[in-house]
Amino acid sequence: MTEIAATRPSRPAAGTRPLLNALQVVLPAIALLAMITIIFSIRPAAMSYFGFNLLFKLSVPLVLAALAQMMVIMLGDIDLSNGAFVGLITCVTALYLQDWPALTVLAYLSGVAAYAGFGLLIHLRQLPSIIVTLGMSFIWLGIAVILLPAPGGVAPAWLTDFMSWQPPVMPLPIWLALIAAVIGHLVVTRSSYGAVLRGAGGNPRAVERAGWSITGIRVAVYAAAGLLACLAGLTLTGLTTSGDANVAPAYTLLGVGAVILGGGAFTGGIVSPVGTVIGALTLSLAGSLLSFLQVPPTWQIGAQGVILFLVLAGRVLLAERAR
Amino acid sequence: MTGRLTLAPWTYGFIVALAMWVATSAYSGFGSAGATLSGALAFGAFSVVVGTGQMLVVASGPGNIDLSVPSVLTLAAYVSMTVMQGADGMLLPGLVAALLVGAMAGAANFLAIAALRLPPIIATLAWSFVFQSLAFNLGGQATLKPPAALSRFTAMSIAGVQVMPLAVMALTLLAVLVLKRSVWGRQLLATGQSEAAARLAGIDVGRVRLVAYVLCGMAAALAGFLLAGFSGGAALNMGDAYLLESIAVVVLGGTSVAGGQANAIGIWGAALFFNLMSTMLNTFGIQAGVRFLLTGALIILIVALVPRPRVK
Repeated sequence: MTEIAATRPSRPAAGTRPLLNALQVVLPAIALLAMITIIFSIRPAAMSYFGFNLLFKLSVPLVLAALAQMMVIMLGDIDLSNGAFVGLITCVTALYLQDWPALTVLAYLSGVAAYAGFGLLIHLRQLPSIIVTLGMSFIWLGIAVILLPAPGGVAPAWLTDFMSWQPPVMPLPIWLALIAAVIGHLVVTRSSYGAVLRGAGGNPRAVERAGWSITGIRVAVYAAAGLLACLAGLTLTGLTTSGDANVAPAYTLLGVGAVILGGGAFTGGIVSPVGTVIGALTLSLAGSLLSFLQVPPTWQIGAQGVILFLVLAGRVLLAERAR
Repeated sequence: MTGRLTLAPWTYGFIVALAMWVATSAYSGFGSAGATLSGALAFGAFSVVVGTGQMLVVASGPGNIDLSVPSVLTLAAYVSMTVMQGADGMLLPGLVAALLVGAMAGAANFLAIAALRLPPIIATLAWSFVFQSLAFNLGGQATLKPPAALSRFTAMSIAGVQVMPLAVMALTLLAVLVLKRSVWGRQLLATGQSEAAARLAGIDVGRVRLVAYVLCGMAAALAGFLLAGFSGGAALNMGDAYLLESIAVVVLGGTSVAGGQANAIGIWGAALFFNLMSTMLNTFGIQAGVRFLLTGALIILIVALVPRPRVK
């Protein structure tokens, strides 16, 4: 499944790999720091627990959605249904979690199982993931619109309370991003199973020869992606306090952007959870930065595109230097 | 599958479309069959124009895709409507302006991919943000009205035959000829099949891809120009539906996402299938959610069941 593979995978010589990998995580981190610095120099009052909380509040669901996308990209696939699934989860959560918690959890699990099932279908029939997940996005949107034709419903109080909880030392969004990055790093980058998972994307044949079931891995990874997207939907419902089928279509492509910003590649096997989390934080902060800089609203979308270019161009320049 | 009659993958779209046309007509009386078909042909024509451009990009190699199609379509519509200011005499300058916008957008996409070595998904996505902003600043929330002559052309039919879908069919034939017979068309497919081999054969791979992206931008721009005339003006959300649809019609039309193989005629089948299905489900009075659900299920079903073309 290399149909999403980049046109020109620039694989550097083996010796420069560790340096390059480090650079690829450091660069979005530098971009993130630069943005925070600019915001604080304009509005010093933002440099507080409360300010941080406000700036990064909306990044929590995006971080989780980006990690879900990362799992799929790790296999060399792409998930175009990520945002629609997050929207569906917000609808299910806002409609049922309050009154029928057990049934709702069952609904989440069937969503995860459906994700795994589509992963199996993609693998068994060797289908292009881009078109199957495109079909899936219509299915999720359809179910969400049937359940909740207009935005509404109510998030359970404990969920909204959790999302507005103020833990000690750092604001909640920072804690959650940190926890997600550490767990992701331990599982995907450090653990032996993580090496197998990345291998399944980079060189499936070798992993299969080593005795692993590629079918099993693909099903597991798609299930994990579904689970992470579920968590993204849950946290998003906690923030918006209601369900909306069309709340998160942007997550699909922003998530892809975060994975690539964080040093991932479409060739499969090359992803960084820490980079992805930082990439997602960078992308969600870009919006706030632009309003702090008083960029007129009509230019804000365009400026986000330019920021995406600038950070990625920096990565290319650094990679060139490192060679 | 051996021993049985096997159909080419791209014919499935036509067959399903035909079945839906018959079902719709049977439900609402056969008197409306003609109207149903002409509606599907008109709307399908826009999907085909956009899809044909996307096909060239997809065929140019694995990973190549243009996500900026909707924003280029919208921007070109705004620019051309601004140039024409609703005057019939400015029709040609308006068309030229639209195509120019498309060509520049395509070149910008390719430049970002080649110079910054970005994956096409990301490069075209980032540009689409920029194009969106440009269109927003050019037109704001207002709908820019098209010249009367353009609206007349898009809805015109001579002796019961619609002119615009016919013109788009001619465009499809041209695309078939270019892919099969022209040097660039052969080079495009060769590049898509194996970039390394194409390069060794002396093909300027970069130039071939540049042309593919430029043509894709121009196709999106042409669709925007015509759509603005057809739907009464340029609007900010006019391109939204064409992001997913342009990809879906290309793949369902029998073009391989792995690149190196293209099918221009199949796009018509997939486009008719899409438009006839929404007409059919509308006629049956089925609610929006179920319509989305069935669309998704059918896309997956068709891709899963259709025997895959064996390239490589």
